[in-house]
Amino acid sequence: MNTTTVPTPQKPWETTNKQRLSTASIIFAAILISFIVIKLTGLDGKLGFLSTLFIVSTLLIFIQQWRLRDKAAAKDSLLSSFALLGMIMTVIPIVSIVYTVVIKGYKGIHFGMFINDMSLNSVNDPIKDGGLLHALVGTIIMVGGALVISFPIGVLTALYLTEIRGKLSRPIKFLVQAMSGVPSIVAGLFILSSLVYPVTKSLSGMMGSFALSILMIPTIARTSEEMLRLIPQELREAGVALGGTQWRTVAGVILPAARSGLVTAIILGMARIIGETAPLLLVSGGGDSLNFNPTSGAMGSLPYYIWKAFLTGGTDEAFARAWGGLLVLLAFIFILFGLARFISGRKGN
Amino acid sequence: MEERATEVTTNDGIQKSKDNQEAVEKKMQTQVAPSSLASVAGNRQARVPGSELLGTGLETRGVHAWFGTKHVLSDVSLDFAAGTVTALIGPSGCGKSTFLRTLNRMHEFIPTAAMAGQVLLDGKDIYAPGTDVTKIRLNVGMVFQKPNPFPSMTIGQNVLSGLKLAQIKRSDTDELLESCLERAGLWSEVKDRLNEHGGALSGGQQQRLCIARSLAVSPQVLLMDEPCSALDPGSTFRIEQTISELAKTMTIVIVTHNMQQAARVSDYTAFFLSDGGPGAMIEAAPTSKIFSSPVDKRTEDYVTGRFG
Repeated sequence: MNTTTVPTPQKPWETTNKQRLSTASIIFAAILISFIVIKLTGLDGKLGFLSTLFIVSTLLIFIQQWRLRDKAAAKDSLLSSFALLGMIMTVIPIVSIVYTVVIKGYKGIHFGMFINDMSLNSVNDPIKDGGLLHALVGTIIMVGGALVISFPIGVLTALYLTEIRGKLSRPIKFLVQAMSGVPSIVAGLFILSSLVYPVTKSLSGMMGSFALSILMIPTIARTSEEMLRLIPQELREAGVALGGTQWRTVAGVILPAARSGLVTAIILGMARIIGETAPLLLVSGGGDSLNFNPTSGAMGSLPYYIWKAFLTGGTDEAFARAWGGLLVLLAFIFILFGLARFISGRKGN
Repeated sequence: MEERATEVTTNDGIQKSKDNQEAVEKKMQTQVAPSSLASVAGNRQARVPGSELLGTGLETRGVHAWFGTKHVLSDVSLDFAAGTVTALIGPSGCGKSTFLRTLNRMHEFIPTAAMAGQVLLDGKDIYAPGTDVTKIRLNVGMVFQKPNPFPSMTIGQNVLSGLKLAQIKRSDTDELLESCLERAGLWSEVKDRLNEHGGALSGGQQQRLCIARSLAVSPQVLLMDEPCSALDPGSTFRIEQTISELAKTMTIVIVTHNMQQAARVSDYTAFFLSDGGPGAMIEAAPTSKIFSSPVDKRTEDYVTGRFG
């Protein structure tokens, strides 16, 4: 009879309760010491406490590691602590911003704001009057327009750099990089002086899309280029070896393989422009009434709505309105990004 | 591949200590003697070229190749008769893969590449001005060293991708799909999962998927660049079976580092070597002759494992 005993599955690499206890006691000691230090020195407040806590706990872990193991392990723990500090310093502002916007913004949210515009109201009116429908529509139209213009141009530029690799690749790459540093007000002024004054002679949403495109194209081109470079050369060879022309290989193999990367390019491109206020103020005017026509008439946008409520108001109502607008903008961005991720992840990969 | 690597190390050691009796004995045990590979080659079922409906033969005339200013391949003239399997063997860097890539104009895919000479498909030079390079690659298919199914496509779409890429219209795609997978020896394993992604298959299955993909556009010649070097022995065996099946209807040129594989699957073998300069073809002959009584001393040294 075969009597092999099967050992119970274990995870010897996991932290034991004893180790957890020692970590917990170190943290507890650190909190205690920081508390005493603060009481003694008068370094009061949350920031003072947290800074002291960080220094004390880093020191305690450093000493513990040195005693338990050696100098190298102690140095290692120091690096871990600083990495943790870096992470916290990145996360705190983000969490703080989202928290502030939600806390201050929800008072400005009401159903009416999604069906009304500000054509008959001033920012100082009671919060229940008026709304930001015009701004939401304007942002969607102008950002959508900019995306329609920028995505093909940006991806084609990236394809020139990665697939054609022509003689102009280097200067074009340099230009694209330089363009991504163009201040947004310059993009607005460029459209104002090259299209609005000489050609259309009036402000419109389309001009806003053009100005935003100037900011969006470099981001999309650079990100797409990085993504296309990640596609293995063997896939290009396989496509061509099957009798495909270069363009059919690009369309049938390369772009589908890079799809989720291209969605990332779109996300980064939209993130670059969705909060832009200055160029839109110059070329699309910033209207207060609902306007679905991008070719004529001033068009509002969420950043403009927020800017106007903060700057021209002054009452609590106006501030609530601005914070409400911020919350809507933030939610809008999250929804867009989630949607993009969902679309790119749905099939394959 | 691993088996071969140990052979080489053993033999290197032996050369340095020829008088060492122990090593000589070891050599007797481990080395694949010329006669054994010759018998492998001799045991192959003899194939009579031209006995069935066969693809076109391929001829090369004085082919040279360069990368930038580096001359990597010198003056190769070689005939591939229709319906035969030819193995290209030789140490790394001898230009055999480069030579293979000149046969379907994949060589020019590398920006610094240059070449001279003629490659005749059906009697016509594929490098003649005005030749449609996509037509050439349709007729001369290629299987690469690393399995490279298209990641965005399902198994079925992968097989039929050539039709899409070359814009070939066919109404009987279902039959084509089945027959290509059948010929590549993969049909029974994937027939119920044609809508899964190619990446879900094992390495050996992926490589057979790539073979099926090449077959879908009905090439007359199939080039294989070390198709088994990334695969385990079982998958290698399946692919060798596939090669034998395919050779009934097409011309096959295979680059391999595995000499047993060359002996097992090929009718003809060409030995390439570089002596520091550009690679050149040293000898080409029926496979059983290359492994039993090669004319050139360097060929003999290589196939018996004395260097390489």
